[in-house]
Amino acid sequence: MKTLVLVEHDNASVKDATLATVTAAAAIGDVDLLVAGSNARGAAEEAAKIAGTGKVLLADDAAYEHQLAENVAPLVVGLMADYDAFVAPATTTGKNIAPRVAALLDVMQISDIMSVEGDRTFTRPIYAGNAIATVQSSDDKLVLTVRGTAFDKAEAEGGSATIEEVSGKGDSGLSQFVSQELAESERPELTSAGIIVSGGRALKDAETFEQYITPLADKLGAGIGASRAAVDAGYVPNDYQVGQTGKIVAPDVYFAIGISGAIQHLAGMKDSKTIIAINKDEDAPIFQVADIGLVGDLFKILPELTEKL
Amino acid sequence: MKILVPVKRVIDYNVKPRVKADGSGVDLANVKMSMNPFDEIAVEEAIRLKEAGKAEEIVAVSIGPAKAQETLRTALAMGADRAILVETDDEVEPLAVAKILKAIAAEEQPGLIMLGKQAIDDDSNQTGQMLAALMERPQGTFANTVEVDGDSVTVKREVDGGLETVKLTMPAIVTTDLRLNEPRYASLPNIMKAKKKPLDTKTSADYGVDTARRLTTTNVSEPPVRQAGEKVADVDALVAKIKALGIA
Ligand SMILES: Cc1cc2nc3c(=O)[nH]c(=O)nc-3n(CC(O)[C@H](O)[C@H](O)COP(=O)(O)OP(=O)(O)OC[C@H]3O[C@@H](n4cnc5c(N)ncnc54)[C@H](O)[C@@H]3O)c2cc1C
Ligand SMILES: Cc1cc2nc3c(=O)[nH]c(=O)nc-3n(C[C@H](O)[C@H](O)[C@H](O)COP(=O)(O)OP(=O)(O)OC[C@H]3O[C@@H](n4cnc5c(N)ncnc54)[C@H](O)[C@@H]3O)c2cc1C
Repeated sequence: MKTLVLVEHDNASVKDATLATVTAAAAIGDVDLLVAGSNARGAAEEAAKIAGTGKVLLADDAAYEHQLAENVAPLVVGLMADYDAFVAPATTTGKNIAPRVAALLDVMQISDIMSVEGDRTFTRPIYAGNAIATVQSSDDKLVLTVRGTAFDKAEAEGGSATIEEVSGKGDSGLSQFVSQELAESERPELTSAGIIVSGGRALKDAETFEQYITPLADKLGAGIGASRAAVDAGYVPNDYQVGQTGKIVAPDVYFAIGISGAIQHLAGMKDSKTIIAINKDEDAPIFQVADIGLVGDLFKILPELTEKL
Repeated sequence: MKILVPVKRVIDYNVKPRVKADGSGVDLANVKMSMNPFDEIAVEEAIRLKEAGKAEEIVAVSIGPAKAQETLRTALAMGADRAILVETDDEVEPLAVAKILKAIAAEEQPGLIMLGKQAIDDDSNQTGQMLAALMERPQGTFANTVEVDGDSVTVKREVDGGLETVKLTMPAIVTTDLRLNEPRYASLPNIMKAKKKPLDTKTSADYGVDTARRLTTTNVSEPPVRQAGEKVADVDALVAKIKALGIA
């Protein structure tokens, strides 16, 4: 099978989510990469170094700068004449574009695959990961999104793919990019962080969250996450949310601080290698999945912990 | 302007799903079912647009079993004006749902179609995008803010790195994220009134859509269960454990 992988990038460089997607695609067949962007040669050159890939298709057009699904989907559909599968990371970009491609190809997409069980058979989580379905496609072509935490990352270096320029229809005239507010942070990205410190509703407000969670995260060089309750209450921005409907993470160590452990939250972090929970309620459900738990008041525990580490 | 709001009947989010022993699926017998939470947010946003004078009529649609009427009545009680049930006992995949919605949109001519970003049972996160593709219309997915202005709608989207704002020419498809609004509860008088609002029942054949499945679920199993570990007595013991992990 020939697969086309959507590269996640910011025109200058390739985002990490691409690497696990390449691994998943390689389990299905040969892998070519698509960089759709504007002035995106930098990203294409970086993509060409990913190990185990054939060639990089570079579609460089102002219409693809912000990867609007209305513009990128027809481009992909045009290229799919030569491919059997379109594979995208299950990031907000991939989730936005892939179903649009699938519908145009009249194919039923399989979202968020966790393993490749055969040519057209995959596992995927349903019901917030409380059940794992094995799903087989009968469509001619496959459209898949890939859960990043479920596959190893392909090597970012060592490949030497050729770069081939391709073009599509460009601007569909349906939508327009207006602006973006992206968090500027020195911290590791949540989905690739080795350590994550997450805070919940117990953190009271933005100031308190910052005052208690940030020093511990700084000490450990960790990414910062949050429960939905903490995001809804405005302690931290939306992109911090870990869970069924936020980010799916699987770091080496996950700290859940003042988080009760609702199934929607667990769905996003229960594949972490080690889970450490701090909660004043000894019966909090988070302790049922935590490897290490400490019962007590986080406002007393955290300063002492940060100090002693 | 008319707003079309597709709503799905799903397992209530407070219920912990149980996988059937024979691996055929999740046990939904005698389980509390509710409107998909993201769809409540979509209904609420439609009502707010109507209250702000930006929309005249809200039509709720559900594709599902006869019981999905309850879900539609909830939408009507919240403030939708009328409802369409496309009755089926099959599990209809997002692609087929999108095809049915496209046919309904062709009849109803809505300016906006407001869906949930994902249904919390199958977690596909596809239907809105597929519908937009089939209709050749723009999509504002994972909406955090929606502003209608003349014949365009500006959508602030929740994306991995933060927020992104796009401007779409209507008719447009919007899918809701959690922060868009806090849905209202239906009041008792409104629940009573909702019983008298029109609810049409159709079938997928009425729309000429083939709902044959493209995907076969061969097995549904429990994920590996995580065992609870140990509780430590104090911060010093926790520090020792953390150091043993080699991260500090
Ligand atoms: C155990 C199990 C086994 C299954 N097996 C199969 C199978 O073998 N084949 C198969 O095709 N499907 C199967 N299904 C799935 C199924 O029927 C899903 O409901 C369907 O795939 C839709 O996915 P989704 O709701 O997650 O879509 P999403 O794209 O996540 O839904 C997004 C939004 O679209 C709208 N929407 C979606 N569906 C409807 C609807 N019916 N009516 C009105 N609006 C709607 C809502 O606004 C919703 O918020 C299975 C489900 C389970 C739980
Ligand atoms: C459609 C839908 C999608 C959702 N998606 C997500 C999602 O993606 N991610 C997510 O996280 N949630 C999600 N949720 C929400 C989820 O159901 C919970 O409401 C949420 O996770 C609760 O957040 P929390 O644990 O911070 O708050 P709470 O449940 O209120 O827990 C706070 C915890 O802090 C403890 N505590 C309080 N004070 C202290 C103290 N001083 N010291 C120590 N501990 C203390 C309490 O004992 C309690 O356990 C979703 C819900 C719905 C309906």
